[in-house]
Amino acid sequence: MKSKVQPKRINRSLGGDMGIILVLGISAAFMALPLVYAISNAFKPLNELFLFPPQFFVRNPTLANFQDLVILMGSSWIPFSRYIYNTLVIALVGTAGHVLIASLAAYSLAKHKFPGNNFVFSLIVLSLMFAPQVTAIPNYLVMAKLKWIDSYKSLVIPAWGMSLGLYLMKQFMEQVPDSLIEAARIDGAREIRIFWQIVMPIVRPAWLTLIILSFQQLWGVTGGNFIYSEQLKPLSYALQQIIAGGISRAGVSAAIGVVMMIVPITVFVFNQSKVVETMGASGLKE
Amino acid sequence: MGRLQSTLSEIKRHKTAYLFLAPFMLIFTTFTIIPVLMSIALSFTYYNMLEPPTWVGWQNYIRLFLVDDVFLIAVKNTFLFAAITGPLSYIACLLFAWMINELRPKMRAFLTLVFYAPSISGNVFLIWTIIFSGDSYGYVNGFLLKWGLIPEPIQWLSDPRFMMPVVILVVLWLSLGTSFLVFIAGLQGIDRSLYEAGAIDGLRNRWQELWYITLPAMRPQLMFGAVMSITQSFAVSYQAIALTGFPSTDYAAHTIVTHLIDYGNIRFEMGYATAIATILFLTMMFTQRIVQRLLSKIGQ
Repeated sequence: MKSKVQPKRINRSLGGDMGIILVLGISAAFMALPLVYAISNAFKPLNELFLFPPQFFVRNPTLANFQDLVILMGSSWIPFSRYIYNTLVIALVGTAGHVLIASLAAYSLAKHKFPGNNFVFSLIVLSLMFAPQVTAIPNYLVMAKLKWIDSYKSLVIPAWGMSLGLYLMKQFMEQVPDSLIEAARIDGAREIRIFWQIVMPIVRPAWLTLIILSFQQLWGVTGGNFIYSEQLKPLSYALQQIIAGGISRAGVSAAIGVVMMIVPITVFVFNQSKVVETMGASGLKE
Repeated sequence: MGRLQSTLSEIKRHKTAYLFLAPFMLIFTTFTIIPVLMSIALSFTYYNMLEPPTWVGWQNYIRLFLVDDVFLIAVKNTFLFAAITGPLSYIACLLFAWMINELRPKMRAFLTLVFYAPSISGNVFLIWTIIFSGDSYGYVNGFLLKWGLIPEPIQWLSDPRFMMPVVILVVLWLSLGTSFLVFIAGLQGIDRSLYEAGAIDGLRNRWQELWYITLPAMRPQLMFGAVMSITQSFAVSYQAIALTGFPSTDYAAHTIVTHLIDYGNIRFEMGYATAIATILFLTMMFTQRIVQRLLSKIGQ
């Protein structure tokens, strides 16, 4: 990776730098401590979990909680791999479809001044302004009408049409120089090729970010109002059921917290490293 | 006639654009536009999902504001909550993104992860129920007892005096999410030469730089962040329920959305529940308008 030349530090005082480092340090500790505590709990044997006064760090780390989790998973009514499969299908198909469909629509809105363009975009912005809870009830009625209740479709397909992704992609695509697209058109490239081979590579940071957002959201879905068959329930639902076992499951719950957290964080770290890389290298700034 | 014809030919000329937009719009219409319209329509009915809806006019709204005491508690809590967490989380996202952006790349990546991690860690925020647990095993209680600061454990999650502050604290902890990431991306996209020009024009310190160059340059991201903060701060419910129970003691952490869940998912009074949803929708819209107007003054 080409290391960027550190920009000249204009208008920066040593005192200000120290202040910022201090504030960041304290805040980072506040952000990180509960997470560290959660991870540390997962490795505590049961007697340490209920110690008084409570201990922050684990003294005799053990994998017993994770072993218990595996045993519990093995004894579930539905094979546990089924839950994992369900969540993977929902998260992967949902994310892939969303990135593709939202990007296509964003390209159309950002680079084609067709009649109705502004109207459609203002609808999208409007829809960002209220929480999904507002439409929860009619959404159920729509699902019932479509006979999508109790199927992956009820979770996956609405995720494809979330306005957040379209909005983000459009903001980025507007920065793609028109001259590039014009040149490709003159060379006789079709719109779909321009989209796929010119625009999408340039806005790579945007869709990598969108993958993080979408995956993380779908990874956590529990199926809630829409999924009733045990065979179709996602992983986070199944794990919640184990946690609901109460105080005797305290250790296993801590282990579950860690397991559920690792996957989205891995996706984030993996994608973020790519985002920073491409942002440094892309010719986004004219 | 001529105008209509030219519009038609414009539409024809852009048919690929419409084609690209079509899949998204189809889904968006089905799962966002139609439900919003249905919600508004249903709010004027009595509907229990078994019998067909019957028209009741403004009755649901009259009941909400004149009869339902709990709704008024929920409104009060939600506004208090939004007034505190909305601005705070917005400013926190912006300030931390800005400070992190001053650091070297390795450090920047690490701190971005630390600040962003809570918001993507799913149910890990439940660790706060142990931290604030009401018995002496709770971390905060254990600490305070050990140091002799309190004589007996405090019921953080069921004493109305503490419930709201605890929920606010946890929600703030979770709030460095999408807007935070978008701010960081926005900051990295600002043209460096603007700062050099600013220094020549006489900007003396980083605060002036922030106000006159950085903030105006990332106005689109700021607008977006504001939209997200408002939406999230008005919609809080899940964390409140997970931390303080449902219904919470004396409804001290009851919000508009918790009220909506109560009538929609438990009592199946759908007409009434959609009236609550419509009120929430209008409140959010109204706040968005005001905030957007305020934000347009940045850098002036």
